[in-house]
Amino acid sequence: MSNYNIQEMIQKNKSNKGAVVEKSIPVILFLITSVSILATIGILYTLISQSLEFFSRESFMTFITSANWSPYGAEPEFGIWALVMGTMKVVAIATVFAVPVGLGAAIYLSEYATERVRKIIKPILEVLAGIPTVVYGFFAINFVTPVLQSIWPEISLYNAISAGLVVGIMIIPMIASLSEDAMSSVPNSMREGSLGMGATRLETTFKIVLPAAVSGIIASIVLAVSRAIGETMIVSIAAGSTPNASLDITSSLQTMTGFIVQITSGDAAYGSSLYFSLFAVGMTLFVMTFTMNIISQWITKRYREEY
Amino acid sequence: MQLIDKNVIAKKRSGRLTLNNAMKWIFFLCTMVGLIVLVTLIVDTLMDAVGYLNMDFLTNFSSSRVESAGFYGAIIGSLWLMFVTVPVAIFLSVATALYLEEYAPKNKVTDFIKINISNLAGVPSVVFGLLGLAIFVRAMAMGNSVLAAGLTLALMILPVIVVSSQEAIRSVPSTVREASIGMGATKWQTVSRIILPAAIPGIITGIILAISRAIGETAPLVVIGVPTTLLVTPDGFLDSFQAMPMQIYAWIKMPQEEFQYLAAAGIIVLLAILILMNSVAIFIRNKFSRRY
Repeated sequence: MSNYNIQEMIQKNKSNKGAVVEKSIPVILFLITSVSILATIGILYTLISQSLEFFSRESFMTFITSANWSPYGAEPEFGIWALVMGTMKVVAIATVFAVPVGLGAAIYLSEYATERVRKIIKPILEVLAGIPTVVYGFFAINFVTPVLQSIWPEISLYNAISAGLVVGIMIIPMIASLSEDAMSSVPNSMREGSLGMGATRLETTFKIVLPAAVSGIIASIVLAVSRAIGETMIVSIAAGSTPNASLDITSSLQTMTGFIVQITSGDAAYGSSLYFSLFAVGMTLFVMTFTMNIISQWITKRYREEY
Repeated sequence: MQLIDKNVIAKKRSGRLTLNNAMKWIFFLCTMVGLIVLVTLIVDTLMDAVGYLNMDFLTNFSSSRVESAGFYGAIIGSLWLMFVTVPVAIFLSVATALYLEEYAPKNKVTDFIKINISNLAGVPSVVFGLLGLAIFVRAMAMGNSVLAAGLTLALMILPVIVVSSQEAIRSVPSTVREASIGMGATKWQTVSRIILPAAIPGIITGIILAISRAIGETAPLVVIGVPTTLLVTPDGFLDSFQAMPMQIYAWIKMPQEEFQYLAAAGIIVLLAILILMNSVAIFIRNKFSRRY
């Protein structure tokens, strides 16, 4: 008993095995973490290398300047503006619809609703955000389009307005919940100051809370627009497959994502220009969404007000 | 002497108060849009699905004839798909979250990894499909197999699970950590026996929500070229397979009207599975979430 010394015991029990584990764990975890970087490199490598292959066959200038996208036949022309316009039309309709509604919902939840109402409505928004986009596509073509046709008969079966509205519905929960977070983080003392001076809730919301939360709100809208640009299934189902750069919202069109789905669900022969055009379109899509995401992050970082 | 004429004040205020009340109802309507859409969507789909939603539908393979077409192959295929996606995604993302929260030094590399993950979360799913097509399907010659699609979806949901796991790990208070270190535990002992168990409910909730996203995801599967007319279920991870959202999409695209009803029936099955999974997630969140 007396021979034992605590420090000796610790030394003895400190096995080498333990030390090896302690040393190797961070390295192993770091290696696993780098998979996420590999994924990004994989995406960039895929898009860039296959796009370069595409541009070695087809004219790059035509791609970025022409608005004629007719990829089939003996004399194909790949002008991305037809697809970009299709995407833009859908995204514009979605944004015009979703921003007021989403913001209204955020204002209600953050400024007017009682705790109980909020507890019921937030899960509903979560469910809405979790509905697969193919289901929204079904809803667009089998419910929204017929309803629109009954009040506005000129609308064709595939059109921008139905797809746009449903994409809008899809991004409402995102705008609502992110903007609500931004508004909730405005301290109560500011609200109380305004209410105490005799302002109504509405005036407090528009003159105090919204200006204070504006960076978070704009970031949420930019993020939602980025989601709308990348949305695929709703537009493949409800927007049609006729690329054109017209501003008509009642007729069939094609978006960038819609084109990718159309070509891959048929058979684009591996190695054909058509196959490589997928990646050029994917690259354009990636650049657009990536830019939006960076802008959103920058706004959040740059204009965040700390209270 | 009366300094304030209450009548004048009331008159001036009443307009503002009316506006406030009117706008309150408009905001409330905006909030209700979501609920109305949700109810309409479910009722409309259910009405289409009634009559097609029966045992035959759940046990038959897909078919070009409406009366004998079913969802069996798609349900089993989606299960196979999840057998690949879920373990891979959990392994990669929980390890990543542990590294970032517990081990990562504060330096440029760590910042880069974090920015990279949040950007990966914003990449459209169809672009992940292109990655899967070029790398897994073509370069690694996996074909349109369970493995190729499963790995693609795993990469797609990775950022989602990483972020939610990070939050769960971060919410374990430092006092618990310090107590463990103070008792002589090593770093890894603290992480594996104290922090991870405490963070598990939050991590599992995030995982379930990510899986429910993966199960309903269609775009990457279309790009990879998942078939919709198979009459067998896969025997291994290198076999081709069918998937629920893909089958629904194929039916929606059919010109005959009857197939729309089949699509509706498929949607009801898919939504039922998603609602079940979400309920489990909410249950776990409420039951096991501990406040320190």
